[in-house]
Amino acid sequence: MTSPSPCTADRLLGAATAVVASVAVALALVAAPTDAVQGEPQRLMYVHVPAAWLAYLAFAAVLVASVAHLLTRDLRWDRRAQAAAELGVGMTALAIALGSVWGRPVWGVWWVWDPRLVTTAVLLLVYVGYLGVRGLGDDRAAGARRAAAVGILGFVNVPVVHFSVVWWRTLHQPATVLSPDPAPMDPWMAAALGAAVAAFTLAGVLVVRRRLRDLASADAPVAGAARPPADAPAEALAVVPRAQR
Amino acid sequence: MTAADVATARRQLPVRLLLVAGVVLVAVGVLAVAGLQGSLVYYRTTSELVADPELQGQRVRLGGLVVAGTVGTTAEGVRFELTDGVQDVLVINAGQPRGVFQEGQGAVVEGSLGADGVFRSDVLLVRHDNEYRAPAGGTGRPAEDGG
Repeated sequence: MTSPSPCTADRLLGAATAVVASVAVALALVAAPTDAVQGEPQRLMYVHVPAAWLAYLAFAAVLVASVAHLLTRDLRWDRRAQAAAELGVGMTALAIALGSVWGRPVWGVWWVWDPRLVTTAVLLLVYVGYLGVRGLGDDRAAGARRAAAVGILGFVNVPVVHFSVVWWRTLHQPATVLSPDPAPMDPWMAAALGAAVAAFTLAGVLVVRRRLRDLASADAPVAGAARPPADAPAEALAVVPRAQR
Repeated sequence: MTAADVATARRQLPVRLLLVAGVVLVAVGVLAVAGLQGSLVYYRTTSELVADPELQGQRVRLGGLVVAGTVGTTAEGVRFELTDGVQDVLVINAGQPRGVFQEGQGAVVEGSLGADGVFRSDVLLVRHDNEYRAPAGGTGRPAEDGG
Protein backbone atom coordinates (compact mmCIF):
# COMPACT_ATOMS: atom_id res chain seq x y z
CA MET A 1 0.00 0.00 0.00
CA THR A 2 2.68 2.51 -0.98
CA SER A 3 0.53 4.04 -3.71
CA PRO A 4 -0.74 7.49 -2.63
CA SER A 5 -4.15 6.92 -4.22
CA PRO A 6 -6.05 4.24 -2.23
CA CYS A 7 -8.02 6.80 -0.23
CA THR A 8 -8.91 8.77 -3.35
CA ALA A 9 -9.93 5.58 -5.09
CA ASP A 10 -12.04 4.60 -2.08
CA ARG A 11 -13.72 8.02 -2.08
CA LEU A 12 -14.57 7.69 -5.77
CA LEU A 13 -15.81 4.16 -5.19
CA GLY A 14 -17.87 5.33 -2.21
CA ALA A 15 -19.41 8.14 -4.23
CA ALA A 16 -20.24 5.79 -7.10
CA THR A 17 -21.78 3.33 -4.64
CA ALA A 18 -23.93 6.07 -3.10
CA VAL A 19 -25.17 7.27 -6.50
CA VAL A 20 -25.98 3.79 -7.81
CA ALA A 21 -27.59 2.78 -4.51
CA SER A 22 -29.80 5.90 -4.58
CA VAL A 23 -30.91 5.07 -8.12
CA ALA A 24 -31.58 1.48 -7.03
CA VAL A 25 -33.71 2.62 -4.06
CA ALA A 26 -35.73 4.95 -6.29
CA LEU A 27 -36.27 2.25 -8.90
CA ALA A 28 -37.11 -0.42 -6.33
CA LEU A 29 -39.53 1.60 -4.21
CA VAL A 30 -41.10 4.02 -6.73
CA ALA A 31 -40.59 3.02 -10.36
CA ALA A 32 -40.98 -0.76 -10.06
CA PRO A 33 -44.58 -1.97 -9.98
CA THR A 34 -46.00 -4.09 -7.20
CA ASP A 35 -45.97 -7.74 -8.26
CA ALA A 36 -49.33 -9.03 -9.49
CA VAL A 37 -49.13 -12.30 -7.53
CA GLN A 38 -46.90 -11.63 -4.53
CA GLY A 39 -47.68 -7.98 -3.79
CA GLU A 40 -45.30 -5.76 -1.83
CA PRO A 41 -43.17 -8.56 -0.31
CA GLN A 42 -41.77 -9.20 -3.81
CA ARG A 43 -39.76 -5.96 -3.39
CA LEU A 44 -37.51 -7.93 -1.03
CA MET A 45 -36.10 -9.37 -4.26
CA TYR A 46 -34.13 -6.13 -4.75
CA VAL A 47 -32.00 -6.93 -1.69
CA HIS A 48 -32.31 -10.74 -1.44
CA VAL A 49 -31.02 -11.42 -4.97
CA PRO A 50 -28.10 -8.90 -4.85
CA ALA A 51 -27.03 -10.34 -1.49
CA ALA A 52 -26.98 -13.86 -2.97
CA TRP A 53 -25.16 -12.60 -6.09
CA LEU A 54 -22.50 -10.82 -4.02
CA ALA A 55 -22.04 -13.97 -1.95
CA TYR A 56 -21.42 -16.01 -5.13
CA LEU A 57 -19.00 -13.34 -6.39
CA ALA A 58 -17.16 -13.22 -3.05
CA PHE A 59 -16.78 -17.01 -2.91
CA ALA A 60 -15.50 -17.01 -6.50
CA ALA A 61 -12.91 -14.44 -5.36
CA VAL A 62 -12.02 -16.74 -2.44
CA LEU A 63 -11.46 -19.56 -4.96
CA VAL A 64 -9.19 -17.46 -7.21
CA ALA A 65 -7.25 -15.95 -4.30
CA SER A 66 -6.85 -19.38 -2.64
CA VAL A 67 -5.42 -20.91 -5.82
CA ALA A 68 -3.11 -17.90 -6.21
CA HIS A 69 -1.99 -18.25 -2.59
CA LEU A 70 -1.17 -21.94 -2.95
CA LEU A 71 0.82 -21.20 -6.12
CA THR A 72 2.73 -18.17 -4.80
CA ARG A 73 2.54 -18.66 -1.00
CA ASP A 74 2.06 -14.89 -0.94
CA LEU A 75 0.11 -13.78 2.13
CA ARG A 76 -1.44 -10.92 0.15
CA TRP A 77 -3.54 -13.51 -1.72
CA ASP A 78 -4.46 -15.09 1.59
CA ARG A 79 -5.68 -11.75 2.92
CA ARG A 80 -7.73 -11.20 -0.24
CA ALA A 81 -9.30 -14.62 0.23
CA GLN A 82 -10.09 -13.89 3.88
CA ALA A 83 -11.64 -10.48 3.17
CA ALA A 84 -13.77 -11.93 0.37
CA ALA A 85 -14.86 -14.87 2.53
CA GLU A 86 -15.94 -12.54 5.34
CA LEU A 87 -18.05 -10.56 2.86
CA GLY A 88 -19.48 -13.77 1.39
CA VAL A 89 -20.47 -15.14 4.80
CA GLY A 90 -22.23 -11.89 5.67
CA MET A 91 -24.06 -11.79 2.35
CA THR A 92 -25.11 -15.45 2.58
CA ALA A 93 -26.53 -14.83 6.05
CA LEU A 94 -28.31 -11.71 4.75
CA ALA A 95 -29.77 -13.62 1.78
CA ILE A 96 -31.06 -16.36 4.11
CA ALA A 97 -32.57 -13.87 6.56
CA LEU A 98 -34.25 -11.80 3.83
CA GLY A 99 -35.44 -14.94 2.08
CA SER A 100 -37.06 -16.04 5.32
CA VAL A 101 -38.83 -12.68 5.67
CA TRP A 102 -39.96 -13.00 2.03
CA GLY A 103 -41.09 -16.60 2.44
CA ARG A 104 -43.42 -16.02 5.37
CA PRO A 105 -45.97 -13.79 3.57
CA VAL A 106 -45.61 -15.50 0.16
CA TRP A 107 -45.06 -19.23 0.83
CA GLY A 108 -46.73 -19.13 4.22
CA VAL A 109 -43.66 -20.30 6.17
CA TRP A 110 -40.37 -18.84 7.39
CA TRP A 111 -38.32 -21.89 6.44
CA VAL A 112 -38.67 -25.18 4.56
CA TRP A 113 -36.19 -28.02 4.22
CA ASP A 114 -36.06 -27.82 0.45
CA PRO A 115 -32.81 -28.33 -1.49
CA ARG A 116 -32.19 -24.62 -2.21
CA LEU A 117 -32.54 -23.59 1.42
CA VAL A 118 -30.58 -26.54 2.78
CA THR A 119 -27.67 -26.16 0.33
CA THR A 120 -27.53 -22.43 1.11
CA ALA A 121 -27.38 -23.14 4.83
CA VAL A 122 -24.55 -25.64 4.13
CA LEU A 123 -22.78 -22.93 2.09
CA LEU A 124 -22.91 -20.59 5.07
CA LEU A 125 -21.54 -23.30 7.38
CA VAL A 126 -18.72 -24.22 4.96
CA TYR A 127 -17.44 -20.65 4.78
CA VAL A 128 -17.89 -20.05 8.51
CA GLY A 129 -15.73 -23.18 8.78
CA TYR A 130 -13.29 -21.63 6.30
CA LEU A 131 -12.91 -18.61 8.58
CA GLY A 132 -12.56 -20.94 11.58
CA VAL A 133 -9.86 -23.10 9.98
CA ARG A 134 -7.67 -20.02 9.60
CA GLY A 135 -7.36 -19.80 13.38
CA LEU A 136 -6.36 -23.45 14.00
CA GLY A 137 -2.84 -23.39 15.38
CA ASP A 138 -0.39 -20.50 15.69
CA ASP A 139 1.42 -20.88 12.37
CA ARG A 140 0.17 -18.07 10.13
CA ALA A 141 1.51 -19.65 6.93
CA ALA A 142 0.13 -23.12 7.70
CA GLY A 143 -3.25 -21.63 8.61
CA ALA A 144 -3.30 -19.77 5.30
CA ARG A 145 -2.52 -22.98 3.36
CA ARG A 146 -5.23 -24.96 5.16
CA ALA A 147 -7.71 -22.14 4.60
CA ALA A 148 -6.82 -22.05 0.91
CA ALA A 149 -7.59 -25.78 0.62
CA VAL A 150 -11.00 -25.25 2.25
CA GLY A 151 -11.58 -22.15 0.10
CA ILE A 152 -11.02 -24.19 -3.05
CA LEU A 153 -13.00 -27.28 -2.01
CA GLY A 154 -15.83 -25.19 -0.54
CA PHE A 155 -16.54 -23.50 -3.85
CA VAL A 156 -17.97 -26.79 -5.14
CA ASN A 157 -21.07 -25.87 -3.17
CA VAL A 158 -21.69 -22.60 -5.03
CA PRO A 159 -22.93 -24.13 -8.32
CA VAL A 160 -24.81 -26.72 -6.27
CA VAL A 161 -26.70 -23.89 -4.54
CA HIS A 162 -27.36 -22.02 -7.76
CA PHE A 163 -28.55 -25.03 -9.75
CA SER A 164 -30.36 -26.72 -6.85
CA VAL A 165 -33.60 -25.21 -8.18
CA VAL A 166 -32.91 -26.82 -11.58
CA TRP A 167 -31.54 -30.19 -10.47
CA TRP A 168 -34.10 -30.92 -7.77
CA ARG A 169 -37.70 -30.07 -7.01
CA THR A 170 -37.80 -27.19 -4.61
CA LEU A 171 -40.36 -24.90 -3.05
CA HIS A 172 -38.03 -22.03 -3.95
CA GLN A 173 -38.78 -20.67 -7.41
CA PRO A 174 -36.15 -21.07 -10.15
CA ALA A 175 -33.96 -18.12 -11.10
CA THR A 176 -35.55 -15.61 -13.47
CA VAL A 177 -32.45 -13.98 -14.98
CA LEU A 178 -29.38 -16.21 -14.39
CA SER A 179 -31.22 -19.27 -15.60
CA PRO A 180 -30.96 -21.79 -18.43
CA ASP A 181 -34.61 -20.94 -19.06
CA PRO A 182 -35.11 -17.19 -18.35
CA ALA A 183 -38.59 -16.07 -17.37
CA PRO A 184 -40.36 -12.77 -18.10
CA MET A 185 -39.91 -9.86 -15.70
CA ASP A 186 -41.41 -6.38 -15.80
CA PRO A 187 -38.74 -4.06 -17.31
CA TRP A 188 -38.90 -1.64 -14.36
CA MET A 189 -38.44 -4.55 -11.95
CA ALA A 190 -35.48 -5.75 -14.01
CA ALA A 191 -33.99 -2.23 -13.97
CA ALA A 192 -34.37 -2.02 -10.19
CA LEU A 193 -32.78 -5.44 -9.77
CA GLY A 194 -29.89 -4.53 -12.08
CA ALA A 195 -29.21 -1.27 -10.23
CA ALA A 196 -29.37 -3.03 -6.87
CA VAL A 197 -26.92 -5.72 -8.04
CA ALA A 198 -24.54 -2.99 -9.27
CA ALA A 199 -24.84 -1.10 -5.96
CA PHE A 200 -24.17 -4.24 -3.90
CA THR A 201 -21.18 -5.14 -6.09
CA LEU A 202 -19.63 -1.66 -5.74
CA ALA A 203 -20.25 -1.63 -1.99
CA GLY A 204 -18.72 -5.10 -1.74
CA VAL A 205 -15.53 -4.01 -3.51
CA LEU A 206 -15.30 -0.98 -1.22
CA VAL A 207 -15.75 -3.07 1.93
CA VAL A 208 -13.15 -5.63 0.82
CA ARG A 209 -10.61 -2.89 -0.02
CA ARG A 210 -11.00 -1.31 3.41
CA ARG A 211 -10.81 -4.68 5.14
CA LEU A 212 -7.64 -5.55 3.19
CA ARG A 213 -5.88 -2.50 4.62
CA ASP A 214 -6.77 -3.64 8.17
CA LEU A 215 -5.60 -7.18 7.47
CA ALA A 216 -2.36 -5.94 5.89
CA SER A 217 -1.48 -3.85 8.93
CA ALA A 218 -2.29 -6.83 11.20
CA ASP A 219 0.14 -8.97 9.16
CA ALA A 220 2.85 -6.31 8.99
CA PRO A 221 4.98 -7.46 12.00
CA VAL A 222 4.87 -11.08 10.79
CA ALA A 223 5.73 -10.14 7.22
CA GLY A 224 8.78 -8.12 8.32
CA ALA A 225 12.21 -9.60 7.69
CA ALA A 226 13.33 -9.55 11.33
CA ARG A 227 11.24 -12.15 13.16
CA PRO A 228 11.43 -12.20 16.97
CA PRO A 229 12.76 -15.39 18.57
CA ALA A 230 10.02 -18.01 18.57
CA ASP A 231 9.98 -18.30 22.37
CA ALA A 232 9.85 -14.55 23.14
CA PRO A 233 6.56 -13.36 24.64
CA ALA A 234 4.59 -11.53 21.98
CA GLU A 235 3.78 -8.64 24.32
CA ALA A 236 7.44 -7.59 24.39
CA LEU A 237 7.01 -6.21 20.89
CA ALA A 238 4.40 -3.77 22.08
CA VAL A 239 5.86 -2.53 25.35
CA VAL A 240 9.60 -2.16 24.74
CA PRO A 241 10.27 1.45 23.73
CA ARG A 242 12.46 2.01 20.71
CA ALA A 243 15.17 3.83 22.76
CA GLN A 244 15.81 0.83 25.04
CA ARG A 245 16.20 -1.78 22.33
CA MET B 1 7.76 -22.42 21.71
CA THR B 2 10.62 -24.87 22.02
CA ALA B 3 11.63 -27.24 19.25
CA ALA B 4 9.80 -30.04 21.09
CA ASP B 5 6.62 -27.96 21.19
CA VAL B 6 6.89 -27.29 17.48
CA ALA B 7 7.28 -31.00 16.85
CA THR B 8 4.22 -31.71 19.02
CA ALA B 9 2.19 -29.13 17.10
CA ARG B 10 3.27 -30.73 13.83
CA ARG B 11 2.12 -34.13 15.08
CA GLN B 12 -1.25 -32.81 16.28
CA LEU B 13 -2.03 -30.99 13.09
CA PRO B 14 -2.81 -34.01 10.88
CA VAL B 15 -5.20 -35.31 13.55
CA ARG B 16 -7.23 -32.11 13.32
CA LEU B 17 -7.06 -32.16 9.54
CA LEU B 18 -8.17 -35.79 9.51
CA LEU B 19 -11.07 -34.88 11.82
CA VAL B 20 -12.18 -32.08 9.50
CA ALA B 21 -11.77 -34.29 6.43
CA GLY B 22 -13.69 -37.06 8.18
CA VAL B 23 -16.61 -34.78 9.00
CA VAL B 24 -16.70 -33.55 5.39
CA LEU B 25 -16.59 -37.12 4.03
CA VAL B 26 -19.39 -38.26 6.33
CA ALA B 27 -21.53 -35.28 5.31
CA VAL B 28 -20.95 -35.95 1.61
CA GLY B 29 -21.70 -39.64 2.16
CA VAL B 30 -24.96 -38.91 3.97
CA LEU B 31 -26.01 -36.54 1.17
CA ALA B 32 -25.12 -39.10 -1.50
CA VAL B 33 -27.06 -41.89 0.24
CA ALA B 34 -30.03 -39.58 0.80
CA GLY B 35 -29.96 -38.64 -2.87
CA LEU B 36 -29.85 -42.29 -3.97
CA GLN B 37 -32.79 -43.15 -1.74
CA GLY B 38 -34.84 -40.38 -3.28
CA SER B 39 -35.30 -38.47 -0.06
CA LEU B 40 -34.04 -35.36 -1.81
CA VAL B 41 -37.30 -35.31 -3.75
CA TYR B 42 -39.05 -32.45 -2.00
CA TYR B 43 -42.52 -33.27 -3.35
CA ARG B 44 -44.23 -35.83 -5.59
CA THR B 45 -46.24 -34.88 -8.64
CA THR B 46 -49.89 -35.89 -8.85
CA SER B 47 -49.10 -38.50 -11.52
CA GLU B 48 -46.34 -40.07 -9.39
CA LEU B 49 -48.60 -40.18 -6.34
CA VAL B 50 -51.49 -41.88 -8.14
CA ALA B 51 -49.24 -44.27 -10.09
CA ASP B 52 -47.45 -45.59 -6.99
CA PRO B 53 -49.77 -47.67 -4.77
CA GLU B 54 -47.06 -47.85 -2.08
CA LEU B 55 -47.47 -44.12 -1.47
CA GLN B 56 -51.17 -44.47 -0.57
CA GLY B 57 -51.69 -43.79 3.12
CA GLN B 58 -48.12 -42.61 3.57
CA ARG B 59 -47.33 -39.08 4.64
CA VAL B 60 -45.86 -37.35 1.58
CA ARG B 61 -45.59 -33.91 0.05
CA LEU B 62 -47.63 -33.36 -3.09
CA GLY B 63 -46.95 -30.48 -5.46
CA GLY B 64 -48.76 -29.11 -8.49
CA LEU B 65 -50.77 -26.24 -9.89
CA VAL B 66 -54.09 -25.28 -8.30
CA VAL B 67 -56.73 -25.95 -10.96
CA ALA B 68 -58.77 -22.81 -11.75
CA GLY B 69 -62.38 -23.00 -10.59
CA THR B 70 -61.85 -25.84 -8.10
CA VAL B 71 -61.08 -23.84 -4.95
CA GLY B 72 -63.79 -23.99 -2.29
CA THR B 73 -63.96 -23.59 1.47
CA THR B 74 -64.81 -26.42 3.86
CA ALA B 75 -65.83 -26.34 7.51
CA GLU B 76 -62.23 -26.52 8.66
CA GLY B 77 -60.22 -25.27 5.71
CA VAL B 78 -60.02 -25.30 1.96
CA ARG B 79 -60.50 -27.81 -0.87
CA PHE B 80 -59.09 -27.65 -4.37
CA GLU B 81 -57.61 -29.79 -7.11
CA LEU B 82 -53.89 -30.02 -7.82
CA THR B 83 -52.65 -30.99 -11.25
CA ASP B 84 -49.40 -31.65 -13.07
CA GLY B 85 -51.19 -31.19 -16.37
CA VAL B 86 -52.02 -34.89 -16.69
CA GLN B 87 -53.45 -36.11 -13.39
CA ASP B 88 -55.78 -34.14 -11.09
CA VAL B 89 -55.98 -34.91 -7.36
CA LEU B 90 -58.61 -33.50 -5.01
CA VAL B 91 -57.00 -32.02 -1.90
CA ILE B 92 -58.85 -31.29 1.33
CA ASN B 93 -56.65 -29.17 3.56
CA ALA B 94 -57.30 -28.72 7.26
CA GLY B 95 -56.66 -25.05 7.89
CA GLN B 96 -56.94 -21.89 5.87
CA PRO B 97 -54.23 -21.25 3.30
CA ARG B 98 -51.49 -18.76 4.14
CA GLY B 99 -49.22 -16.96 1.73
CA VAL B 100 -50.38 -15.96 -1.73
CA PHE B 101 -52.46 -19.09 -2.39
CA GLN B 102 -54.55 -18.70 -5.54
CA GLU B 103 -55.87 -20.51 -8.60
CA GLY B 104 -53.36 -21.15 -11.35
CA GLN B 105 -50.38 -20.86 -9.01
CA GLY B 106 -48.36 -23.69 -7.53
CA ALA B 107 -48.92 -25.28 -4.13
CA VAL B 108 -47.25 -28.00 -2.09
CA VAL B 109 -49.35 -29.87 0.47
CA GLU B 110 -48.28 -32.35 3.14
CA GLY B 111 -50.56 -35.23 4.07
CA SER B 112 -51.65 -38.58 2.67
CA LEU B 113 -53.75 -40.01 -0.11
CA GLY B 114 -56.81 -41.89 1.15
CA ALA B 115 -58.37 -45.00 -0.41
CA ASP B 116 -61.11 -42.71 -1.73
CA GLY B 117 -58.58 -40.86 -3.88
CA VAL B 118 -58.77 -37.71 -1.78
CA PHE B 119 -55.52 -36.21 -0.48
CA ARG B 120 -56.02 -34.94 3.07
CA SER B 121 -53.35 -32.45 4.12
CA ASP B 122 -52.59 -30.29 7.11
CA VAL B 123 -49.71 -28.26 5.68
CA LEU B 124 -50.24 -26.00 2.69
CA LEU B 125 -47.33 -24.08 1.16
CA VAL B 126 -47.51 -21.76 -1.82
CA ARG B 127 -45.08 -22.37 -4.66
CA HIS B 128 -45.15 -19.29 -6.85
CA ASP B 129 -43.44 -19.15 -10.24
CA ASN B 130 -40.44 -17.07 -11.30
CA GLU B 131 -42.36 -14.54 -13.41
CA TYR B 132 -42.74 -11.01 -12.09
CA ARG B 133 -45.18 -8.53 -13.57
CA ALA B 134 -47.47 -5.64 -12.76
CA PRO B 135 -51.15 -6.42 -12.06
CA ALA B 136 -53.31 -6.47 -15.21
CA GLY B 137 -55.57 -3.65 -14.04
CA GLY B 138 -52.97 -0.97 -13.31
CA THR B 139 -49.36 0.01 -13.34
CA GLY B 140 -48.87 -1.43 -9.88
CA ARG B 141 -46.81 1.62 -8.94
CA PRO B 142 -47.84 2.79 -5.47
CA ALA B 143 -47.83 6.48 -6.48
CA GLU B 144 -50.09 5.92 -9.50
CA ASP B 145 -52.50 3.33 -8.15
CA GLY B 146 -52.99 4.96 -4.77
CA GLY B 147 -50.89 2.40 -2.94
